[in-house]
Amino acid sequence: MRARFWLSVAAVLVAGGGLAAADSVIRKWKPVTADELHDPQNPAVPRLQNPAEALSVLPPANAGNQVDWVKALRDGKIQPRTHIDSNTPLRILDSEVIMTRTGDMPYVRFPHRAHTEWLDCSNCHDALFASKIGATPITMLAILQGEYCGRCHGAVSFPLTECARCHNTPKAAAGAVPRRAP
Amino acid sequence: MKLRAMQVLVAALIAVGVGSSDAEYGDVVLNKRSEKEGVAPVIFPHWFHRIRYRCKVCHSELGFVMRAGSNQVLMSDIAAGKFCGACHNGQIAWSTEHCELCHSGRPGLPTGRIQGGHETLGPGRW
Repeated sequence: MRARFWLSVAAVLVAGGGLAAADSVIRKWKPVTADELHDPQNPAVPRLQNPAEALSVLPPANAGNQVDWVKALRDGKIQPRTHIDSNTPLRILDSEVIMTRTGDMPYVRFPHRAHTEWLDCSNCHDALFASKIGATPITMLAILQGEYCGRCHGAVSFPLTECARCHNTPKAAAGAVPRRAP
Repeated sequence: MKLRAMQVLVAALIAVGVGSSDAEYGDVVLNKRSEKEGVAPVIFPHWFHRIRYRCKVCHSELGFVMRAGSNQVLMSDIAAGKFCGACHNGQIAWSTEHCELCHSGRPGLPTGRIQGGHETLGPGRW
């Protein structure tokens, strides 16, 4: 009897856990007719695509559009065009930069590849960031105000609530850390 | 202690940016001229466009500055094939004859705002 009781408790816990886990991956997007921006009186608005239709089939993320855009691109879930003018091809750079002036937070490992799969070099260099490593006085306060990384992160790319996606590299226990990873 | 202070600061700044808007993350309102010219504000959805184009196409090739509100986008330029008109020409995407598909915003929307949606409006000025 007692065994059955505990068995049912366990079953409920497992089921509850399963539900909770499922809940955490359920993503919802407001339809364009209810997003407080589009005018529901406009007869053309119902013809526009709703975010849920396009985004629900893409790899999930916690915040922003709730889509892992880098993964969506790499997995071939989306095939965004690279150019209109054939003289401006994609310029992929595969190096990484370790940013070490992070106070008490883990270092930032900046991947050029993920960024250059979307952007041109000239989008960041040299107006937002100097090409020389360490030459740009990046601070979190400026980023939060929409400068540096904050031009995009917090506006269109994953938001600044996702600390660990950038601050992803534990400080080495001792010794120098290479600023430019291979 | 310093870490704690920074975390509180970051949380506070993010909280300031969090709004009640249900708009999708990255949506931009263009209303610098629209309503003055008698048409509804434009709602530009980043999510829709980035499925189809890399950022560089608009922000490098077409010359859109990466700061909401910084671009002077005129219908005359669009009709001449610049900015939105590079694609919205009836061949790649719908033409400018379908005014209401882009000019789809509610009256009175403030211009130049980039909308936050799911988690954060994105603090600061965009």
